[in-house]
Amino acid sequence: MCLAVPAKIVEIRDSLATVELRGVTREASLMLLPEAKVGDYVLVHAGFAMQVIEETDMAETEALWAEMNGGPRTVHLELSRE
Amino acid sequence: MNETIQLAHGAGGRMSAMLTEEILRPILGNPILDRMHDGAVLDIGGKIAFTTDSYVVAPRFFPGGSIGRIAVCGTVNDLAMTGAEAKYLSLSLILEEGFAVEELKRVLQDVREAADEAGVSIVTGDTKVVGHGACDGIYINTAGVGALIEGADVAPQNIRPGMDVVVSGFLGDHAATITASRHGLKLPEAIKSDAAPLNGLVKEMLRAVPEIACMRDPTRGGAAATLNELAAQSGTGILLEEELLPVRPEVEGVCELLGFEPLYLANEGKMIVFVSSEKTETLLTVMRAHPCGKEARRIGAVTDKAPGQVAMKTALGGIRIVDMPTGSLVPRIC
Amino acid sequence: MRLMEVCGTHTVSIFRAGLRQLLPAEVELVSGPGCPVCVTPDGYMDAAIVYSGMDDVIVATFGDMLKVPGSASSLAEAAAQGGDVRIVYSPLDALAMAKENPEKKIVFLAVGFETTAPTAAAALLTAERENVGNFFLLPAQKLVPPAIRALLADEDARIDGFLLPGHVAVVTGSNIFSFLAEEYHLPGVVTGFSPTELLRGIYRLVRQATAGDARIENEYRCVVRAEGNQAAQKVMHQVYETCAAEWRGLGAIPASGLRLRDAYRHFDFSEARPLDLPPVPPKKSGCRCGEVLRGKITPKECPLFEKICVPEHAAGPCMVSAEGVCAAWHKYGGGIFQYE
Repeated sequence: MCLAVPAKIVEIRDSLATVELRGVTREASLMLLPEAKVGDYVLVHAGFAMQVIEETDMAETEALWAEMNGGPRTVHLELSRE
Repeated sequence: MNETIQLAHGAGGRMSAMLTEEILRPILGNPILDRMHDGAVLDIGGKIAFTTDSYVVAPRFFPGGSIGRIAVCGTVNDLAMTGAEAKYLSLSLILEEGFAVEELKRVLQDVREAADEAGVSIVTGDTKVVGHGACDGIYINTAGVGALIEGADVAPQNIRPGMDVVVSGFLGDHAATITASRHGLKLPEAIKSDAAPLNGLVKEMLRAVPEIACMRDPTRGGAAATLNELAAQSGTGILLEEELLPVRPEVEGVCELLGFEPLYLANEGKMIVFVSSEKTETLLTVMRAHPCGKEARRIGAVTDKAPGQVAMKTALGGIRIVDMPTGSLVPRIC
Repeated sequence: MRLMEVCGTHTVSIFRAGLRQLLPAEVELVSGPGCPVCVTPDGYMDAAIVYSGMDDVIVATFGDMLKVPGSASSLAEAAAQGGDVRIVYSPLDALAMAKENPEKKIVFLAVGFETTAPTAAAALLTAERENVGNFFLLPAQKLVPPAIRALLADEDARIDGFLLPGHVAVVTGSNIFSFLAEEYHLPGVVTGFSPTELLRGIYRLVRQATAGDARIENEYRCVVRAEGNQAAQKVMHQVYETCAAEWRGLGAIPASGLRLRDAYRHFDFSEARPLDLPPVPPKKSGCRCGEVLRGKITPKECPLFEKICVPEHAAGPCMVSAEGVCAAWHKYGGGIFQYE
């Protein structure tokens, strides 16, 4: 029961944000993520922002996908990090 | 001005005549309809194709269309998919007592516009009025006849392994637009229902490539339902390639938010075409030259493997089944 | 090597990506009990169905619940017979419905795991703050860690590592799964849902399992922090307390459910309007969902799978929801689909 999608906060009024995903906008409550700011990417689940997304990590995942599809090697992972 | 439909509008007397004369004919009129006989006498040479469909759409108006537009496009497209050019349509209205006359006029206006766009005439019709609560505002039935296009032989049984599967444009625009508004999602204005008559495009396609094996418009149940039907009817396997599917980013956004897959979203102005692979390029060139086929592309192929099944090569390189949809499209959070 | 993906969203993502067949034969993925819709018991659905038929009640639910069978029918069938069942995307949509329909009682079917539970709690707190007196929950939320413990209590579990639910961990934090490594000496990797993230998660898990390591790694760092979302945890703690819960297919698991604390008990519609429903007789269908949910057998080993048990007529919990293990195997051809 855990579909959640990344979306960008484009506006905040009180604790209600307008979030945007691929041109689609919707309202999402910030009650569970009061620290979110306009411009943040957040994970949205059931109409609530649940967490701020660290963009560097997201970019790394996207870069890996590009590599798998034949793109140049750009990610040099240290898999033993933690 | 807040005139509404009353039961007497359907009772056959003066009110019925008023409805016909003052509302229906001024909007829909043409020389055949204007004869106002019990039926239309039509001149159709050669083989004809004949189809009917009923339209119960909520909401009645949506970005890019309305129940009126769909009532024409749906029937015109069903004829086009059999390789026939629609010529004449019937129009039956079932109206709920209390339905606003102004709204009826807007629906009829859309019927007229779509009919003009498709080059078809509404030549006969009927109106019934039912009591308050017995229907949801307006239901429409249209039937259509058309002449078979010379040389066309379009049927699922013609589908053979080795053929290409082509789609005429972006998938899912119609259903994404409608479900978005139901669930508080806002789309940019450019994203709207794709409702459009495809007969013009089909005529061009058949003129250039008369060998087209089969065509079908992926309405309810989306491309997944249509392809599954055709795989079963032709006894062949269909293998799609996920990366080739044309889907607008906004429609993908709606899918991600509501847990849908674009292949399961209804379209009202798209078609899936099966053609021998050596003709694919010619066909695509013709399709892309037409406004309804600008984004036409190949999305997969027919195989002799897994007969009766639709599968898809995923972006990751695996192959998975594309199942027949079960039940209606509801947003999920799981 | 048997790796379990606990989360139903993982199960579906893995199938949709066509990932299973790309893995070497030595790596077997088994699906766990991570679909809260599937594990919602008959009795709960029966109550929701009865409520939906009451004149002054609107049942608001996520679309996932519509087809879940109770002992005799489903919400979809109840709606067809005049019950008022409305699909919402968010608990806040149900709250808005309550404000728009002051003459009705809005009963939101509060199902879900740690990811979803805080959203219903937040809607409840909003209703309290705004004095919306006609908004209620029918709570049946569940917790993931106790279910994993219940699985591992079984001697024949034979699981070599866990692909841990990324979106649950967004709320709980990855630390909540430390017990796997500490108490069971099993590795776990908190994983996202894109094909790349899944592959990375599986890779890390295989590396640990091969080396005999047992650590909890976080392969979904873009949203999962060690301590989770504390605002969400606070809201959950304020509104709910843990209780024993019945899992369809698994039975009762101690401290695996959430119920409203006394201060909020009046939001629980089953308290506000208790029903006296007959106890649900156990079904004797030969359904082996309990073993499927424990990862002991695959759906194909169940004699009912795709015979009398299909999504349109589900015999067991794993077939009822889009994310059910059996439903996913059915829909995507088992993921071991050979194209021939």
